[in-house]
Amino acid sequence: MLREIRPAILLLLLLTAITGLAYPLAMTAIAGVIFPRQAQGSLIEKDGKVIGSSLIGQEFKDDKYFHGRPSATSAPDPADASKTVSAPYNAANSGASNLGPTSKALADRVKEDVEKLKAENPGAAVPADLVTTSGSGLDPDISPDAALFQVPRVAKARGMAEARVRQLVTEHTQGRLAGLLGEPRVNVLALNLALDAGASK
Amino acid sequence: MTIIGWIQILLYCAIVVALAKPLGWYMTRVFNGESTFLSPVLRPVERGLYWIGGVDEKREQHWLTYTVAMLLFHVGGFLVIYGLMRLQALLPFNPQDQSAVAADLSFNTAISFITNTNWQNYGGESTLSYLVQMLGLTHQNFLSAATGIALAVAVIRGFSRSSMRTIGNFWVDVTRGTLYVLLPICVVYTLFLVWQGMPQTLGAYVEATTLEGAKQTIAVGPVASQVAIKMLGTNGGGFFNANAAHPFENPTALSNFVQMLSIFVIGAAMTNVFGRMVGNQRQGFAILAVMGVLFLAGVAVTYWAEAGGTSAMHALGLTGGNMEGKEVRFGIVASSLFAVITTAASCGAVNAMHDSFTALGGMIPLINMQLGEIIVGGVGAGLYGMLLFVVLAIFVAGLMVGRTPEYVGKKIEAREVKMAMLAILVLPLMYLGWTAVAVVFPPAVASMANAGPHGFTEVLYAYTSATGNNGSAFGGLTGNTLFYNLTLASSMFVGRFFMIVPAMAMAGSLAAKKAIPASAGTLPTTGGLFVGLVVGVILIIGGLTFFPALALGPIVEHLAMNANTLF
Repeated sequence: MLREIRPAILLLLLLTAITGLAYPLAMTAIAGVIFPRQAQGSLIEKDGKVIGSSLIGQEFKDDKYFHGRPSATSAPDPADASKTVSAPYNAANSGASNLGPTSKALADRVKEDVEKLKAENPGAAVPADLVTTSGSGLDPDISPDAALFQVPRVAKARGMAEARVRQLVTEHTQGRLAGLLGEPRVNVLALNLALDAGASK
Repeated sequence: MTIIGWIQILLYCAIVVALAKPLGWYMTRVFNGESTFLSPVLRPVERGLYWIGGVDEKREQHWLTYTVAMLLFHVGGFLVIYGLMRLQALLPFNPQDQSAVAADLSFNTAISFITNTNWQNYGGESTLSYLVQMLGLTHQNFLSAATGIALAVAVIRGFSRSSMRTIGNFWVDVTRGTLYVLLPICVVYTLFLVWQGMPQTLGAYVEATTLEGAKQTIAVGPVASQVAIKMLGTNGGGFFNANAAHPFENPTALSNFVQMLSIFVIGAAMTNVFGRMVGNQRQGFAILAVMGVLFLAGVAVTYWAEAGGTSAMHALGLTGGNMEGKEVRFGIVASSLFAVITTAASCGAVNAMHDSFTALGGMIPLINMQLGEIIVGGVGAGLYGMLLFVVLAIFVAGLMVGRTPEYVGKKIEAREVKMAMLAILVLPLMYLGWTAVAVVFPPAVASMANAGPHGFTEVLYAYTSATGNNGSAFGGLTGNTLFYNLTLASSMFVGRFFMIVPAMAMAGSLAAKKAIPASAGTLPTTGGLFVGLVVGVILIIGGLTFFPALALGPIVEHLAMNANTLF
């Protein structure tokens, strides 16, 4: 059995170097050359400044923008580092509500959001994804229904025709891959950028 | 449930089955020591490793030596991770200046990664430096997976050899598994993932100014290279806290589909390796069929439950399925399918939060793990786990007809059945035992995020996941406390090694036996009768073991939910 000790040390160190250093560093170098945009995080720049990533949701509160889903991410409390405070779309600390199907806290929170949205667009049914938090807290997408639901508010805030806003939503709706995989969705940041671009014309 | 949803599920199954045979062929060549199309490049590297490591690749090991070598290898792996985490503040590749990780969390994480569990008490992007992610976690993702495959191959050799004292060489198996199987697939896979949008950079987190003028810090890192082996090796420990729900860890519907495939592909192929090594591929297909029956049953229940949604949401006028904790790009079907796959295998990656699943939708992942993760299972671990149940099923069949049972030409006798029972019984001892302790220990109860039966399920899920070396969680439970760090680590350790050692002892005893030719009295182990028998034994043993615990958790919660009771 003693002769198993040498490989237990040397083979471990060599395999560690191969799989833990050589492999990730080589992949970083190759990926940086072939797919530089994705490797850096699919960042979007405007006027030379990074305004976000096309894959990471961000918080929108203004009526003139489409809003994403509620987010359950948190950040350390500046006053007391042992506690956390709500910090929606904190892309440095992803996370979810983790509230279950019989949670009163969840039902109360959703009820509040549903009432707010009903006041905003009384005629339409509230889409489920617009009042539930995502798994990452960083969901960049909403369902097409959730985007269409917000059209009247956005059009009013911008003084644009509803038809024009609705057309932008349709243009930014991505279908299933090959008609099969995934779900239809609208990237909120891309849609809002298109709104701003359209408004400045 | 929709037709397009079921087409996605069936397409998934079809591709897994289609890949099992070619990959099984390739892996059989690798572990038989034959040359492959990659040998011209990799053989010199392999030889160099043996030369420096002092390994004689011709020298085979007794099962006990094989097991001791494996354990020594893990002691080293443990020390590497623990040391890196404690010292990360002093080491390079730490652009966010992450400070040293606490002793109990480092201990838990090190045990977690050497046991292929990858339970996340740490929050990836908020706790770990890039060096720890690469040198600590990525490397152990490879080696714990390669170890699982090596052990399964050793157990297969127990069945396929006769009158032999040895079952292979651990160092050779682990090296070949890493170099010829895991690494080449991961290189291609990483580039695919980056193409889909996964970051792969050593740069610091990005500071963005949003359209509304707010600051957003976006965590990035060498993500793709780690995610590739995290999925392929059924490890499941996320680069980010939100794991595969994070858009950077699973950017698109296609990346999600391929990640699901990569969880199952090696485990499914191992059944074919088994068939080829014992000289009849249909033996492997029969095992895959057992897995397939249990898998589809689980998918059907979870998909049905999640698509049905919760009564609390319906009462508020919302329609459709349960979207809390799920991402829009995956929706109900891809989230449900992922949850069943990740717990059937011992992966534990999640693309939706199991804690927010409906009571029955979340019960299936729990059952999958409590059955011992034998439905395809972890790479390697799933196969030797399933073979333990097969031995038991054969034994039960033998009792029924009053004959010494035999399987693939080997008599199954007292020693094999004892070892199989030992391995199977140690799992519920850990997850039921620790759950019982935790729910009467006030500081442990304080960690629950949900009240009522759901809180109990959170604790039961944690110990089940740790014992099964899965690593997924009902994430609301605050696991990063001294009590949970230590008790979960003990579950992971016992769940891994107290299953491996009896399985290896069984393999050693089988390898030493003579092969006996099949006779008219031999139970055919390639047909529907055998498949039904194994499924039955698995469900009866599982059902008797954990049904009472399930009744206290998800089942009572389901009844409460339908009665509109909130906690």
